[in-house]
Amino acid sequence: MLKEGQIRIPSGCAISAIISRDGNRMTGEDIVKSMIPMHDRSNGLGGGFAGYGIYPEYKDFYALHIFFDSRTTRKDCEAFLKEYFEIVEAEIIPTRKMPEITDEPLIWRYFVAPFQSMLADMQLDEREYVARIVMKINTELSGTYCFSSGKNMGTFKAVGFPEDVGTFYKLEEYEGYSWMAHGRYPTNTPGWWGGAHPFTLLDFSIVHNGEISSYDANRRFIEMFGYKCTLQTDTEVITYIMDYLVRRQGLTLTEAANVIAAPFWSTIGREPDEETKKRLAYLRTVFPSLLVTGPFSIVLGFTGGIMALNDRLKLRSMVVGEKDDVVYVASEEAAIRAVEPDAENIWAPAGGEPVIVTVKEGAL
Amino acid sequence: MAVDFIYPEFEVIRNEDRCIACRACERQCANEVHFFSTEREKMMSDESKCVNCQRCVSLCPTRALKIVKSDCTLRENANWQNETIREVYKQAASGGVLLSSMGNPKPMPVYWDKILINASQVTNPPIDPLREPMETKVFLGKKPDKIRRDEKGNIICDLPPQVELSMPIMFSAMSYGSISYNAHCSLARAATELGIVYNTGEGGLHEDFYKYGKNTIVQVASGRFGVHEVYLEAGAAIEIKMGQGAKPGIGGHLPGTKIVDDVSRTRMIPEGSDAISPAPHHDIYSIEDLRQLVYSLKEATEYKKPIIVKVAAVHNIAAIASGIARSGADIIAIDGFRGGTGAAPTRIRDNVGIPIELALASVDRRLRDEGIRNNVSLVVGGSVRSASDVVKAIALGADACYIATAALLALGCHLCRTCQTGKCNWGIATQRPDLVKRLNPDMGSERLVNLMTAWRHEIMEIMGAMGINSIEALRGNRLMLRGVGLNEKELEILGIAHAGE
Repeated sequence: MLKEGQIRIPSGCAISAIISRDGNRMTGEDIVKSMIPMHDRSNGLGGGFAGYGIYPEYKDFYALHIFFDSRTTRKDCEAFLKEYFEIVEAEIIPTRKMPEITDEPLIWRYFVAPFQSMLADMQLDEREYVARIVMKINTELSGTYCFSSGKNMGTFKAVGFPEDVGTFYKLEEYEGYSWMAHGRYPTNTPGWWGGAHPFTLLDFSIVHNGEISSYDANRRFIEMFGYKCTLQTDTEVITYIMDYLVRRQGLTLTEAANVIAAPFWSTIGREPDEETKKRLAYLRTVFPSLLVTGPFSIVLGFTGGIMALNDRLKLRSMVVGEKDDVVYVASEEAAIRAVEPDAENIWAPAGGEPVIVTVKEGAL
Repeated sequence: MAVDFIYPEFEVIRNEDRCIACRACERQCANEVHFFSTEREKMMSDESKCVNCQRCVSLCPTRALKIVKSDCTLRENANWQNETIREVYKQAASGGVLLSSMGNPKPMPVYWDKILINASQVTNPPIDPLREPMETKVFLGKKPDKIRRDEKGNIICDLPPQVELSMPIMFSAMSYGSISYNAHCSLARAATELGIVYNTGEGGLHEDFYKYGKNTIVQVASGRFGVHEVYLEAGAAIEIKMGQGAKPGIGGHLPGTKIVDDVSRTRMIPEGSDAISPAPHHDIYSIEDLRQLVYSLKEATEYKKPIIVKVAAVHNIAAIASGIARSGADIIAIDGFRGGTGAAPTRIRDNVGIPIELALASVDRRLRDEGIRNNVSLVVGGSVRSASDVVKAIALGADACYIATAALLALGCHLCRTCQTGKCNWGIATQRPDLVKRLNPDMGSERLVNLMTAWRHEIMEIMGAMGINSIEALRGNRLMLRGVGLNEKELEILGIAHAGE
């Protein structure tokens, strides 16, 4: 059977996210708990988490989480990494042996800093440099897959049900100000660890529920700019689109949301504010190939915040709720209630309406 | 000479019981097939003149007529077919180049018919266009590669000039001269009503049609007929015609008989003189010369009009398109080898060029590989026959399609393929006033609007079934296509998987 990346595999899913606006650090327990009532939205073929603010002691270094097939591929990869980075720490990511999770690859993390001389040489800024090296690892080194590459954040994923994956990675031992989770329901897959979500590039990570119908239009466009869609998943291409729009084109999150879930032309036509109307029309005209159609609900995590977004027809469920300084996003209200029975202001954002929650300034 | 005698290709079958000798067929036939014999007191026909345009059949009030293919043929021969032998006789008698009209009729592969479209089942929902918005609007033109902001941080919303279309279809170039005033009038009015564009072709723009300028593409071809400053300013875009799918590498020839009155004034050439456009533009012998013409036209119109460069699909079309994309052009139009024409040498039409499907697929891929797909929009023509052809073209990577033959069919063309004679009984490819008036522009434009409205509905249905609610999400979305009965190489060039994969 073909592995993820050699074939495109559609999947349904469950997503969940929790963020403290005050920047309070929470253990991974709650996010794991939120996935339990949504058990049936996954089928045991993929689950994963992302936590932000979890590596304060290494916050100035890029944390690379990498799966290896074997000891040899790890040695090769380490030799490769040493050409581009100073490695300040290399360790096995701690896991728990449990019957629900099997066939695990070697799972390592590296805290690294790019060589300044190489940066200058290649005339790249630091983030672009790291993004390119990660892309190189994933396309050129076989048996090696780097699935997390941001600063002070990390992704943890596996083949299994999400609540088991959380236990496997001992998420209760990490503390972060924001967490995201994903449970996967692929319709046809042998189950590959790299194919689980979240999908991450630098500090952008995305959990996604849906199957986008614009996939190949988006992919073929974004690949013009050096991105390589090796997994053939929606999540991967959406992550690259966000990276392209926000990091490389300098759009705000709202502007990026206006590109990928662009308002209908008829809606733009009715917009009373001339400036807004002009901007919306402009963004649609300039980036037509980045419009994402078909059902999706996504949560995008980044340093200091999250953005939740539905496709413009709202073809996937997604609700938002809050309690005190904490904001919850999930595919189902049950997930929020499981963690915070007294959650307030539960609402379903409209299609194409971005919900952006950021940690208040100075709290991090 | 008896050796040159060719039994007529068609026979006129007249049902004597039904014929009332009203002589309508005689009045309708510009080819003078029908006549009334006073001697025999009945209608007779000279079948050697019949082109099978079906005009008489359509207008016979008693349905007494039919035209059938003659069964009087030469001895069957798979190699030396009837048509081939007849052509040899014709050339032996005349010493001339064979002429033909409309698109290549040979049984060459039609890739559209070997491509199938996807639909949503279970994992994502189809979208019902009757209940949800379904968008077909497109903008053609160069897209900026960087977002710029002013000092306040607001996005600077300046775009290079674009052509806005309500749906991804445009009426392709057909010159005034090759087709009639009423045909042009129908196209112009329909394009305006539909929010799309039509194209003047190389014959200039009749003074009556300047008011449709916003929905007009003005063409600059190698003969430069009818080109002047006001003309360039008049349209929504300017098209430089480098080539045509039906006759790549060949110029145009409009016989003096068609250069009458208004046509002569619009083309700015003397009445009765042949209008011959040279094969090359004599100021463009290479790509750097093209760049100069592109910028000359931009200068002349103050950079307010997108420039289209139209080329025929030939073997190294990908490299040619890549050159054009770097020449300053905003839009590339590619015309496939099955594209129509008002007149072309038969051998050229039937043997030169490549199918548009393959040309489109390789150009789109090449431009993406080079990272310059955003520099230009891609328009394809050369036998786009239906809404599903349009959907397939967009999914292969086109921004929009050019259609001409389908538009002429809507106007009444019966595809008899004898435009070059100038005796079009349907009032389309003719300048004879008595024939031209047969095409009523009110009716013609309405039928074009009907056709495009129907196609738009079909496009929306097909998109909805795929779960796509905007045409831009379909563009280049090759995952939505599968091939049937295509070999590995064809699939590789088209960039699609085989059905079942």
